[in-house]
Amino acid sequence: MLSFVIRRFISMIVTLWLIITLTFFLMHAVPGSPFEKDGKGLNEAVAANLNAYYNLDKPLIVQYGLYLKQLVQFDLGPSIANSSDTVNKMIARGFPVSFQLGIVSVLFAIVTGIALGVVAALRHNRLIDYIAMIIAVVGISIPSFVVASLLIKYLAVEWKLLPTATWGTWQHVIMPALALAFGPIAIIARLTRTNMLEVLTQEYIETARAKGLSPATIVIKHALRNAVLPVVTLLGALIANVLTGSFVIEKIFAIPGMGKYFVAGINNRDYSVIMGTTVFYSALLIFMMFVVDVLYGIIDPRIKFHGKESKG
Amino acid sequence: MEQRETLLEVSGLKVTFRAHGGEISAVRDVNFSLKKGETLAIVGESGCGKSVTAKSIMRLVPEHIGKIAGGSILFKGKDLAKLPEKEMQGIRGSEISMIFQDAMTSLNPTITIGEQIMEGIIRHQKVPRSEAKRQAIEILQLVGIANPESRLKQYLHQFSGGMRQRIMIAIALVCNPSILIADEPTTALDVTIQAQIIDLFKSIQQKTGVSIIIITHDLGVVAKIADRVNVMYAGKVVESGPVSDIFYNPQHPYTKGLLASMPRLDADRNIPLSPIPGTPPDLFSPPLGCAFAERCNHALEVCRNYQPEETKVHNAHAVSCWLQDPRAKKLLASTQAPTGT
Repeated sequence: MLSFVIRRFISMIVTLWLIITLTFFLMHAVPGSPFEKDGKGLNEAVAANLNAYYNLDKPLIVQYGLYLKQLVQFDLGPSIANSSDTVNKMIARGFPVSFQLGIVSVLFAIVTGIALGVVAALRHNRLIDYIAMIIAVVGISIPSFVVASLLIKYLAVEWKLLPTATWGTWQHVIMPALALAFGPIAIIARLTRTNMLEVLTQEYIETARAKGLSPATIVIKHALRNAVLPVVTLLGALIANVLTGSFVIEKIFAIPGMGKYFVAGINNRDYSVIMGTTVFYSALLIFMMFVVDVLYGIIDPRIKFHGKESKG
Repeated sequence: MEQRETLLEVSGLKVTFRAHGGEISAVRDVNFSLKKGETLAIVGESGCGKSVTAKSIMRLVPEHIGKIAGGSILFKGKDLAKLPEKEMQGIRGSEISMIFQDAMTSLNPTITIGEQIMEGIIRHQKVPRSEAKRQAIEILQLVGIANPESRLKQYLHQFSGGMRQRIMIAIALVCNPSILIADEPTTALDVTIQAQIIDLFKSIQQKTGVSIIIITHDLGVVAKIADRVNVMYAGKVVESGPVSDIFYNPQHPYTKGLLASMPRLDADRNIPLSPIPGTPPDLFSPPLGCAFAERCNHALEVCRNYQPEETKVHNAHAVSCWLQDPRAKKLLASTQAPTGT
């Protein structure tokens, strides 16, 4: 197990470095700089001064080296567009909000999605199954911003049950979390249903019945555990999806999360903000993948952490 | 032998399955009984209804596709064919247990062996985990697994094929059932392990007095373990009787065919095996008369049109075949006498 963790850690660092390198050079390959917007450049002398201040006048490879050096000290640098702010501060401010929203919607998606999938599988080819699968198709087809707009129209404007937008109390979390969870619910429900249907035909389910176990025990203890494995695989990517999806949702609900900074960063060609948020999200995603792999081993004991067998 | 109390009485059992284009009559009017401490073998080729008969006793025939369409299964004064599902759960695993062919797929790969043994004990005996664990260790010792205490924490993939089948047996026996149903328990095992598992069944029966219904198509297994045999064909019991009668005095042409098709170590290797030609009838529309008539060398006109009655050959030895009818015997005698030996 320990050697597995060490190997994974090294490969995580390498992955992260590749992402950083790629993003860095791609970002600089895009024409323009933070100081020229819509074709209108700044006064040349001012631009030169600013470029010198942010090291943008040095060769790209030197800038890259400087950035890596800075990154190793966990310093993501100052924001170029907003000189009074640093990227570290932005993340410290925005991430707790995004995280809270993300966690609520991911938990909601997991619980609802799995429950819907299980019920659909148990009532295979009956009304509940069809209803659940219709919900799933709808969930996959409708983008989250449409769901968000509909939620605002009904829950907030017409029925006045929840606050329309912004952030603060727990009531503010409900609508964006719902909107974010809608797609993942559909994906999880479909996946759970398919796998449940397969697991329920397995012979060990018959053995469990032959032991006289109650249907609830059979489903929860014997079937679900085996059916949920592919869902766990999906979770790493799903959590990333929820966090990136939240850019749009955060914008709609005017939530002061990280998405706002990321979008603004790209619009302003704010190099350090783009880099910082990318690095942060990548690190988060890679870490989630690692958590998923560990969960895998816990759920299915046949998957071992022997150094050579792990895919590293 | 005859004095032993009857534990299970199956009469007129009919099981049907819904399928595209109609109903399949998988079990058609099956009768048999099982005595305390006895081993009954149900033999027959694939699709003859032997597994379905066994699953019906456990009421494990999946409800959405199949149902017990008639008959009764009397066990300790209750008719299992009509018992509510809730009560049936109390009987499964505690009074009647079942083991399946392939332990690799019949045990859960993601739950420890110990948990899989203990959950039955906890469910039926309502004892604390520590007591369940003690019993689990005991039963693993009984089925011949070394170091049971540490083995409890392991998973299925850490056991060999023979060990897995022993664990299945342990799970089935842990609540001291009065009937153990084994559905092809040795088919997935290699020959030496088969022999060990058969010996294990015998020694367990001696120790616990459990009655065993063993379902198999392997007549070698039958010879080693069974007291009585039911030969099934196309959803019916065509011949039943003590194991010695079935092997040394088979009456039904199908039973004779089964015995003749068995490979023998002492047979001349140049003589090919003698299979029973043809295939079993389509149970979507079961034949009017004897289901075996189409494949039978001795079929008479009556065989195709009328169901044969069950006739007693000898005390407990019964056969359903028109050849047993006194009229048929006369007919055969008159046609065969001149050429007979």
